Amino acid sequence: MGSYVLRRVLQMIPVFFGTTFLIFVMVYTLPGDPVVALFGDKAADPSVVANIKHTYYLDQPLWKQYLHYMGNLFQGDFGTSFTGRPVADIMADAFPVTIRLALLAFAFEIVVGLAFGVVSGLKRGSIADTLVLVLTLVVISIPVFVLAYIAQTVFATNLGWTTPTVQDSYDLTQLVLPAVVLASLSLAFVARLTRTSIGENLRADYIRTATAKGLPRRTIITRHLLRNSLIPVITFLGTDLGALMGGAIVTEGIFNVQGIGNVLYRAINQKEGPTVVGIVTVLVIIYLVASLLVDLLYAVLDPRIRYA
Amino acid sequence: MPDIHDEDSYERHPKPGVDRLDFAGEQGMAVEQETLVEPDVVKREQARSLWGDAWRDLRRRPIFLISVLLIVLLVLMAIFPWAFTDANPRKADLVHDYLKRPDWTDFFGAGWFGYDAQGRSIYARVVYGARASITVGIVVTVGVTLLGGLTGMVAGYFGGAVDAVISRIIDIFFGIPLLLGALVLLNGFASRTVWAVVFALVVLGWTQIARVMRGAVLTVKQSDYVVAGRALGAGTGRLMFRHILPNAVAPVIVVATIALGGYIATEATLSFLGIGLQEPTISWGIDISSAQKVIRTAPYVMFFPAAALSITVLAFIMMGDAVRDALDPKLR
Repeated sequence: MGSYVLRRVLQMIPVFFGTTFLIFVMVYTLPGDPVVALFGDKAADPSVVANIKHTYYLDQPLWKQYLHYMGNLFQGDFGTSFTGRPVADIMADAFPVTIRLALLAFAFEIVVGLAFGVVSGLKRGSIADTLVLVLTLVVISIPVFVLAYIAQTVFATNLGWTTPTVQDSYDLTQLVLPAVVLASLSLAFVARLTRTSIGENLRADYIRTATAKGLPRRTIITRHLLRNSLIPVITFLGTDLGALMGGAIVTEGIFNVQGIGNVLYRAINQKEGPTVVGIVTVLVIIYLVASLLVDLLYAVLDPRIRYA
Repeated sequence: MPDIHDEDSYERHPKPGVDRLDFAGEQGMAVEQETLVEPDVVKREQARSLWGDAWRDLRRRPIFLISVLLIVLLVLMAIFPWAFTDANPRKADLVHDYLKRPDWTDFFGAGWFGYDAQGRSIYARVVYGARASITVGIVVTVGVTLLGGLTGMVAGYFGGAVDAVISRIIDIFFGIPLLLGALVLLNGFASRTVWAVVFALVVLGWTQIARVMRGAVLTVKQSDYVVAGRALGAGTGRLMFRHILPNAVAPVIVVATIALGGYIATEATLSFLGIGLQEPTISWGIDISSAQKVIRTAPYVMFFPAAALSITVLAFIMMGDAVRDALDPKLR
């Protein structure tokens, strides 16, 4: 187990550097000069531009910029945005909001998605199963931004249960509607994945054995069936946490949640290199750690898997 | 009982007698199998290929037929939009047509779905918008299948150091969420045409297929017939494309078909955010985005392109689902 974890962590290192470098290349080789853009309509003094570029290390070749950035990163310095505010500061403001939103969505996705999946998987062909299938298909087909508008119109404008946009991003009750919208797509996938997985495992030999030796149905389902059926679902959930944070761009924009998605979207539009790279780097770290945890969870869920 | 053409539609085994190697391989296999299994079983297994089976299964599924019908209609709409409407999607008449409500008596006419805030026929824009979505969906899917399929095949087939390097590259690209990466990448394009969007989605989207392909090749590589093929002196290319590929391609096709709908949705999301397609390209995503301003007073401006988009994504996902059910023997 120990050596497996070590190997996995070692594998993560090139992936971390590769992904951040890729982002770095995409952000900093963009055409259009962000420093000149800072001056707006006014003519920029070349010496001032050169000076700013020097402070931000922009006059160096890309690989040097990257090494410099990484050097600072490992000392906990995410750099400074072009507006002069430390990127770490910007993120400290926005990340708590998005983490709450994502965790709320994640919880919703797990509880409702699994419940739907289990019900429809155990009773294949029933009305509940058909209902779940149709419902998830509809949710998968309707793009998230359209779904967000439908939710806004129905729950806020027509029913008046909440405000159409979020007034206070730190208020959890206001985040419920955006979280439900954010979770909807993944929820549908979780439900379908669980359903398929349960359907496959129901016919497995070990279930027949468990039934034959007279175990109560409840024990068979919770101890044998669910534990084995959850393995592919866990894989999906692990990679999905990162997707939720990425998907927050659309949801946060429409519901006016002052989280990382909103900040990132503005930063991309304004070619705010340091902010974009900083945020995406953190997202990549979250993703890598989540997929490591998933791999380790395998051993807990499936005794057949033993890491040497 | 199986039809002859079902079997021919996809060759799992090379035909004997095409060249000497082939002939020897086929005969050798048959003899070996016959000594192990009942001859009767062998015959039936060979006659009913996975693809023939799947096709017979699909033809009987109403969901598959409905989705294929929808897709054919959408593809026709993408190729010949003028056959579906006389109206010009770019003609804007602010004086007479500003936010005119849908007129159901104007069946299939310009005013059928009403007019948007610039006095343009929503029906015409829905029809002409199919082209961007369908092109992006199909071209991106073909692109990721070729790029991902090839890399996955090479990684799975050669294994060892090649696999380690390719797998890390796959991990690197996989770590970037599709939408996020596409936003950053497309922001760098001065003019964002359909091809720019296709490029961004292929560059960031091929990893899923590569992983599936690699996994499938790793399993198939162990099969006796591959070992037999190698023992008989078949070259790398022959083993890869004649022996392994036909038997490893099923999961790839399933993933690709389902992903197609997702690419269409991603394109629309990018265009909605203002970082995908640009005017004058007609795209449902752009139209939904500009309908935001009038959503309270004229919700139908958003409804029709949103419905068209959802139905398109739905059709491709339903088709993918049906193909998966037909190709996955575990679910039978």
